[in-house]
Formats: sequence, structure tokens, C-alpha cells
Amino acid sequence: MLPIIFVLPMVQLLILSNAASFEIKNIKFSYVDNDHSAASRELISKFEASQYFNIIESFSSKKEADFQMQTGKVDAILEIPNHFERDLITENFTNLSVSINAIDGAAAGVESVYISQIINGFNQKIQTQLYQYNEASYIQPLNIVTIPSFWYNNTLNYKTFMVPGILVLLVTMLTLFLSSMNIVREKEMGTLEQINVTPIQKYQFIIGKLFPFWVLGLVILTVGLIIAIAVFSVPVLGNIGLIYFFTSVYLLVILGIGLIISNHSDTQQQAMFIAWFFSVIFILMSGLFTPIESMPQWAQNVTFLNPIRYFVEIIRMVMLKGANFSDISRPFFIVVFYAFALNWIAVWSYRKVN
Amino acid sequence: MTKEKIIAVQNLSKQFGNFIAVNSISFEVYKGEIFGFLGANGAGKTTAMKMLIGISKPTSGEALVAGFDVKTNTEMVKRSIGYMSQKFSMYDDLTIKENITFFGGIYGLSRNQIKEKTEKLVSQLELEDAVDKLVGSLPLGWKQKLSFSVALLHEPKIVFLDEPTGGVDPITRRQFWEMIYAEADKGTTIFVTTHYMDEAEYCDRVSIMVEGSIEALDTPKNLKKKYNVASMNDVFLKLARNVE
Repeated sequence: MLPIIFVLPMVQLLILSNAASFEIKNIKFSYVDNDHSAASRELISKFEASQYFNIIESFSSKKEADFQMQTGKVDAILEIPNHFERDLITENFTNLSVSINAIDGAAAGVESVYISQIINGFNQKIQTQLYQYNEASYIQPLNIVTIPSFWYNNTLNYKTFMVPGILVLLVTMLTLFLSSMNIVREKEMGTLEQINVTPIQKYQFIIGKLFPFWVLGLVILTVGLIIAIAVFSVPVLGNIGLIYFFTSVYLLVILGIGLIISNHSDTQQQAMFIAWFFSVIFILMSGLFTPIESMPQWAQNVTFLNPIRYFVEIIRMVMLKGANFSDISRPFFIVVFYAFALNWIAVWSYRKVN
Repeated sequence: MTKEKIIAVQNLSKQFGNFIAVNSISFEVYKGEIFGFLGANGAGKTTAMKMLIGISKPTSGEALVAGFDVKTNTEMVKRSIGYMSQKFSMYDDLTIKENITFFGGIYGLSRNQIKEKTEKLVSQLELEDAVDKLVGSLPLGWKQKLSFSVALLHEPKIVFLDEPTGGVDPITRRQFWEMIYAEADKGTTIFVTTHYMDEAEYCDRVSIMVEGSIEALDTPKNLKKKYNVASMNDVFLKLARNVE
């Protein structure tokens, strides 16, 4: 059992961190070039040069391309109209049509941005050229270029963002499930009855149940951090001791929840189901995969009850932003409060007498 | 000779909803005796015993165990008693030695005491070779004997045995009762439930519970005389049949 407890989460960290990507790459791109001019070929070559696009093929008609979109072979279709180059030169104006498969709305949005950027780049270049060719028309080139600076993760490396989050998830799930199975397992085996006839104090019993999982959680965190730094090169700008300090309190919250579940369950199946119920809600409402700011207000309010939310927030702040204790003191004290409250309930809900 | 009362039960009842599991039972157990607590399945033996060992709250009535009230002074009761349940309840995934250390620790025995007790216990049970074996791998008879010894680790005044010999072979049962006698000789009170009527004959006194009430309580000899039968088995059958 012990090797499984350590090895499986680490495999998950390695796999999930690579898979849970928000980057849109390998967009299946196709085009319909009705113009076959120097300008249209130049535009297409821009797409070919981008690493985000895989040019699947060119189609001779929009209809054919649409059919391929329906079969799922292409994600995006660029249609270059007849007289594209001529219109550009004579009328300084033309239209392009872009169709994007939006079954995954988020991905479609990102693809749309990529495509617009390439077309904008092309547009500026064309304008400069036109200006040179046709000075008489006085076309002013558009020279405003925005260069965003991405704070705390300037290469927008999603792994930097995801790895600490996934680590939080693993530490949480593992300790929650193990602790929620624990007391109820003793109920099933009959050893709990034996414990109940001993003069052991309730708090002693709960501490005895908490401690091994608490240590386990910190060990998992350590191994996970080593992988995060060594394999994924996640920067650690803040004090790593702060992460441990927070985690040691945070684990008490999760273990407290697990023990409460265990106290109130009669079978391991029941405990498993309840633990699963909470973990799905905690994870999806933690800000790990989707930003809390974009949730509806009521859902945002619910996230304040979610301990994972604070852990995700704090581990990212400390690792990526270099936050110090005063920066994280608010979420920290909330978690301290939960730790006390939940473990008090855990002790209280453990009944030695029926 | 005045006999010292170690358990005194007065009108003890336990009700689950509308069902009265234990109906106002009263009895006394004296120090050093082997008290047989008999009854058919579902007669309320286990429920009554659970109230005496402090893991089930009585609905009404009084019970003093080793001088402490089971309602108000549960923790003191627990310090004074040992308990061995019908469901074997040591940790299967710990070794014999670890189990002894664990339960000794809970009862507040010192490291030296535990070491001493372990050696003594292991040699008595002739388990020297198995001391580092997982308890789960032992045969049931060994487990039961071990479990009994562990229940006695902290030298309790009373030990409660809930169907201790269920499912073990006659030889082991015999050995088990020898252990019980040896312990009773030391002055420990034994409170035992059983379904085996031959075992009932070994007890100093037995009570027979039928449908939540105690129908008979005396020495096996007197009970046989009273009901005019040859064995405890017949006493039991007579009492249980009256109900039907």
C-alpha cells in the first residue's frame, strides 16, 4: 500500500501536468484560395510559418472545406476571395472569411485570436507596401503595435501555472480519501469497538488518526515540489518554508473533513461516496482549472468555503509571485479557523458511546 | 463470608425506538466469580453487556461496575475492565508484539511493563516463534487466546467476554476455559456470554435472559434442581420454550 500511495500521485503529477494544457496548438487549418495571387500566397505562408497551425490542405471550394469541417478533419477554414490582391491595390479594402469549429468554445476563441493576429500582421505589411507603391494615395501605415508584458509568468508557460495547482489537488485528494476511509474501516473490522472500551480520550484518538496522514501529506508535497522544480522547472520565488507552514495547517482542515466523513459513515462505500462528492466540488470550484473571477457571484461566494481555493491561491502566489507572509495572511487565518472548527467537530462527532 | 459486589445492576433498560432490547434487568456479580450470561440470539445479552462496558447508554436504570456508575463515570469503568468481543478485534495488520504494545500503551502501561508483559504472555501462550507475525495470519483459536490475554494486560478487575469461544475447536475451548479459571483464581471477575451449554456448567452462577428479561439466575446445580432436569441444556430449552 505505501509504495502505491507515493508512486501513483507522482505519476499523476507527471502525466496531468503535461496533459492539462490550456495552450491551443496543432490547429487543423485549411484554406480556400480563390485568388491564387502573390498576396494570397504570402498570407498563407504566414500561417504555414506559425507553430500553432498545421496546414491540413487547401480546398478548391468552400463547400468542400465545409464538408471537411463537418467530418472533423479541420478546425478552421480561411477563405480568400476572388480579386483579393486586385481589391487591395485598387480599393485598399477587401474581406476575408474565417470559419472556426466552436464545439469547444474556449479553444475557438483562442484560435480566432491567433488567426486575427496573423491577418493583422499581414495587413500592416501590406499597408506599408501600398504606401511605397502608391504614394499618391496618401495611405498612412498603421504603426501602433502592442507588446504585452506578462507578469509573474512572462513566457505564459502553462506548466508554471498548472503544476503547483495539480500538486495541491493530489495532496488534497490523497489525504482526504485516506482519512475518510480510516475510522469507518475500523468500524467495519470491529477494532473501533475495542478502542471504545478502552479509557482512551477522544482527542487522543483523533490526533492518533490525524498524525500519520499529516506526515504523509507533507511527504507527498515534498516529492511533488521536487518534481515541480526538477522536471517542470517551476520557479519558486517565495519562501518554500511558507508553503510548508501553510500546508501543515491546510492538511489539518482536509484531514478534519475526512475524519468527520468517516465518523458519520457506516461503511467504507458510503465514506468513499461522500469524499468523492466533496472532492469534485472542491476541485471544480477551486480556481484550479477555471478562474474564480469568471464564476457567477453565488458560486464565487461558495468558493470562500472551499479550502482548496486558498491552497491553490497561496501556492501560486508564493511560488510564482514571491508572496510573503503578510500577503497571504488573510487566506492563512481563514484556513487556521477552518482547521480548528473542523477538528473540533471531528472530535465531537466521534462517539465512544451510542 | 460476605461477598464483595463488583457489578450491581438495578432496573437497567435499553430501548431502540419501540423495541425494548433490555427490559429492566437487575442482578449482582461478586468479586472473583465466573458469571455466565446466557440467552438465545437476540435475547439482549450483547446490548446489556455493551451498557455495562460503557459503549451504549442505558435508557433507564442504574449500573455500577467496579464501583463506578456506567452513565456518569464511564471512563473510570473502562479503566477497570477488560473486554473481548465476539468479533475478533485486534489489528490484523499489526504483529502480535505490535498489538500488545498498542493496547498496553492505550491503558497507560510503561515501556518496561509492556516489555515484561509481552514476554510473559508470549511464553504462556507458547507464541515465541510467532511474535513478529501478523495477527491476521494466526488461526482463530490462537487469536482468541491472544485476544483474551490482551484484554487482561492492564490487570482489570472484571473482564467481559462476549461469546469468546465461538467457532473454535473443542481442544482450544478447553484450553480457553483453563485460562479463564486461572484468571478467576487470581481474583479477577469473569463475565462471560456463551451459547455452549457445557460451558455454562463451568460457571459459578449463570443468568438466563429471555426476550430482554432475566428469567433465571442461580448456580448451575440449583437451576438443574429447580427445573428438575439433568443438564444446563435442558434448563435453557425449558426456559426458552416457555416463551414460544
